Amino acid sequence: MRDSKLLKIALLIVLVIGVQELTTVTDTQYYLTQLTMSAYYALLVIGLAVVMGYAGQISLGHAGFFAIGGYLSAALTTHNLVALQANPVIHGLGSLGMLVSGQDIYGEQLLVVAPWAACIFAVLMAAIIALVIGIPVLKLKGHYLAMATLGFGIIIYRIGLATEYFGEADGISEVPGFTLLPAIGSFGPISVSGDFGLRVENYYVAWGLLVIGLWLLLNLIDSRVGRALRAIHGSEEAAEAVGIDTAGFKLKVFVLSAVYAAFAGVFLTHYNGGIGPSEASVMKSVRYVALVAVGGMANVWGTLIMGVGLTFLSLRGVFGSYDDAVFGAILIVVMLFAPDGILSMNVKALFAGRRTTDEHEAKNA
Amino acid sequence: MNTRPRMLELKSVYKNFGGLQAVHDVSFGVAPGSIKAVIGPNGAGKTTLFNLISGNLNVSSGSILFQGREIQGLKPHAIAALGMARTFQNINLFHGMTALESVMVGRHVRSRAGFLAGMLRTPATWKEEREIREKSMQLLRLLEIEEFADVEATSLAFGQQRAVEMARALATEPKLLLLDEPAAGLNIYETAEVGRLITRIRDMGITVLLVEHDMSLVMDISDEIVVLSFGCKIAEDVPTAIQQNPEVIKIYLGEDEEAVV
Repeated sequence: MRDSKLLKIALLIVLVIGVQELTTVTDTQYYLTQLTMSAYYALLVIGLAVVMGYAGQISLGHAGFFAIGGYLSAALTTHNLVALQANPVIHGLGSLGMLVSGQDIYGEQLLVVAPWAACIFAVLMAAIIALVIGIPVLKLKGHYLAMATLGFGIIIYRIGLATEYFGEADGISEVPGFTLLPAIGSFGPISVSGDFGLRVENYYVAWGLLVIGLWLLLNLIDSRVGRALRAIHGSEEAAEAVGIDTAGFKLKVFVLSAVYAAFAGVFLTHYNGGIGPSEASVMKSVRYVALVAVGGMANVWGTLIMGVGLTFLSLRGVFGSYDDAVFGAILIVVMLFAPDGILSMNVKALFAGRRTTDEHEAKNA
Repeated sequence: MNTRPRMLELKSVYKNFGGLQAVHDVSFGVAPGSIKAVIGPNGAGKTTLFNLISGNLNVSSGSILFQGREIQGLKPHAIAALGMARTFQNINLFHGMTALESVMVGRHVRSRAGFLAGMLRTPATWKEEREIREKSMQLLRLLEIEEFADVEATSLAFGQQRAVEMARALATEPKLLLLDEPAAGLNIYETAEVGRLITRIRDMGITVLLVEHDMSLVMDISDEIVVLSFGCKIAEDVPTAIQQNPEVIKIYLGEDEEAVV
């Protein structure tokens, strides 16, 4: 089982390289931009898949965690701290190497938080907020949990929209790229940035991050913790009876998925050079849930494939102005005809009648 | 009858649901290494009592000591971690898991790998996983269901599902095993089989407390019996004495003079 997992990951890596080579040969490198963005969104979606499919919890607020990551990192790396230079806290950060100075396009002196420090802070904050929100909210079940997480998502969206620090309706732009790895020997530095010349490099950064994130999650699912999560999904009462701290595990996996979402938010924001309130909108959260559902809930691979595929089509503008409607429709169709996800759908059974859904119901009975 | 410290001790336990007194001033102890049964007519409060002991319900008043330690107020998972396992009256298996996986979940409290170790698949986790798998297979063998190891547990026959549940409980290496009607829905042959199994479990050094309707099973295997009626304890004695107890005969058979067999 472990071998087949590594084999699949190896195949994915070959595919990622193959696609990049193909775009070079066919001179369609502009696809790489959307493929890079899709990889970041997919990172969020596979994290959510573990919450939904394995731990059996729902979250309609994950765009909120994405936005917390993206917005905090963007704000910290763009807001000028020159006026606050005398402040001991700022001074302290500076002496720790957490600030970078430079000049803006008008030649004014600029002092901002270093992107790596901003990134760590943003992800940490998302984790802390997930913890604080998760403790009361994860006591809820079913619709109530969905509504509570929805409420959280709306709050984050409105905060972004109403706070001057976060750019209100305009969001934050001119977010600098950041250096992931400094130059080593003959290799140049690797940076996360939307710079045209760095398109190929950033494609690999995004997919590298996604593959690592995927590998970690697949390991987790196969582990003692993964078994405990599936047990919670199967029967919470029985899981408690064998000594599984169900509340603790639900909270931890919720925080883990928030960290995935925040990482996606940070990287995509630095790649895009900005973030706007739409990234925090409820429709985004619904879209992520739809992607997990269409991928098959407890199927990280399916979620990855559907997450990348549909997001890519959406970003290419294939769905036009009906973008959100398409994702809503997908959600309905999946729930009706393929509750285990499109990839595990029994096509023959679909035509023979409604066997797929009946089987699913029988299984849950 | 025993001077050793009690495995489990209930001290005037009360449980009220609104105006209903489900459990009323119940006290008894369970000696280590014994099989004790709780019997009583439907609605006597047996399952409620079980849920109080396992922590699924909180007592209204009174205390419950497990190996001398107050467990009243602890969460079920914390009590399980102390060495108490249980089965459920209505079989409670994990959907979507094979029999082997279900039992492996039972090893949870006897293993350690957390989120980080699991995600990074550290070498320590390989060894632990192998041990979990081997111990779980042993238990499937003990319960004679190893051929169903890779079958989804909820799709097994009723008796086999009970066996999976029992294996899962044993996988936690309990000191005390609570069995909620282990013979419910089984035919007489299967019931006799369960009786032998419970005796074997006791011989492994595990104390057993069971709730059961099947009188023949209870009389055969129990060292001591507690009789509940309408939430009150009306008798506590060895099986032969319980069979002769006029009050027990009355609640089970009305005014009939015949002994319970």
